[in-house]
Amino acid sequence: MTDRALKAMTEDLETPDFEDPAFTLPVPLEQAKVAIVTSASLHHPDDADFEPTDTSYRVLHADRRDYILGHWSPNFDATGYAADYNTVFPIDRLDELAEAGIVGSVSQVHLAYAGNQYDLATIRMDTGPAGAKFLREQGVDVVLLTPV
Amino acid sequence: MSTLAHVFEAAGIATVALGSQKNQIKNTAPPRGLWCDFPLGRPLGVPGDPDFQHKVLEAAFELLQATGPVFEEYDVSIEDDPTEMVSCPLPPRHDPDAHPAVDEARGLRAAYDRAVEKYGLRVGANRTVDADHVIDAIEAFVRVAEGTPWKEAGIPGIPARVSQDIRGYYETAALALSDRTPAAYATTRWFLDQTETGKVIMDARQAMADAGVKQPIWFFMTPGDR
Repeated sequence: MTDRALKAMTEDLETPDFEDPAFTLPVPLEQAKVAIVTSASLHHPDDADFEPTDTSYRVLHADRRDYILGHWSPNFDATGYAADYNTVFPIDRLDELAEAGIVGSVSQVHLAYAGNQYDLATIRMDTGPAGAKFLREQGVDVVLLTPV
Repeated sequence: MSTLAHVFEAAGIATVALGSQKNQIKNTAPPRGLWCDFPLGRPLGVPGDPDFQHKVLEAAFELLQATGPVFEEYDVSIEDDPTEMVSCPLPPRHDPDAHPAVDEARGLRAAYDRAVEKYGLRVGANRTVDADHVIDAIEAFVRVAEGTPWKEAGIPGIPARVSQDIRGYYETAALALSDRTPAAYATTRWFLDQTETGKVIMDARQAMADAGVKQPIWFFMTPGDR
């Protein structure tokens, strides 16, 4: 079992095309409010777990650290996350960057989706825009996207 | 991941996407993509190494300087060593009347509890099957491996999910038994290749395949390259 073999299983998966993709110029990073959006299916213990085909999102609160890894795929290493959640969700690192003045601030809320989805239409048309709208309402300027 | 990048950019949020699979992030072309050749599951590279993680973030946020779509490759790779296996002592046989896998899993409970105490309950063993019921789940897979049809074996949930929780129980215990954070997949190899329960899962999976069970039911009980 190797990382290379697992990656090779999915490297040729068909990928969606995005015609005329948007490109947003950010405010300077030292003024930006930054959030993390992860496809690792993270959630708090009191939130609903993700189903494998779940296209909805969960809100992750920055004042908590009880993030459970909810991704159902058996094809990735989970012990890195188990030992240090920053390996997937670098919330402590963002706090340090904010304290150093490198980023303006860290959002108090972040989002998690379930990656490895085939129903991308729902994410493109429904739950993705809803998550973006939610973060915009929190004043988020920049999003760091992390997979597993 | 990249789909979300496009959606969020359209909503007026600048994004930086980390990707571990080169073809995936390159072909889906998020507006700002950084391919990091790190093992799947470790997008920031090295657990417990804030300096390493900060360097990855520095490279990622550097992409915000671009005035148009940009794709970059991070200049450090982390190669998975397929021969590396975590060195964890397995408990000696305690109850000769119990199946070796059951005896073993019982013996690992203290290590599992220590790991949860130290790291929190972040993965495995508490989603479909909690730690108190892992033994029941292993016994069900023993029955499957010995020939009982999987639907009659008492598996307490979807086989792949139950198997994942059992694996999570073992890999969490391994965190307490190892003197350092294991390399990626080192605990998975240990579980599947060295432990009695890993052998049971592999045998049950094979028994289900041989019995003509639909492939999605058994295939995801282990990583796909098994």
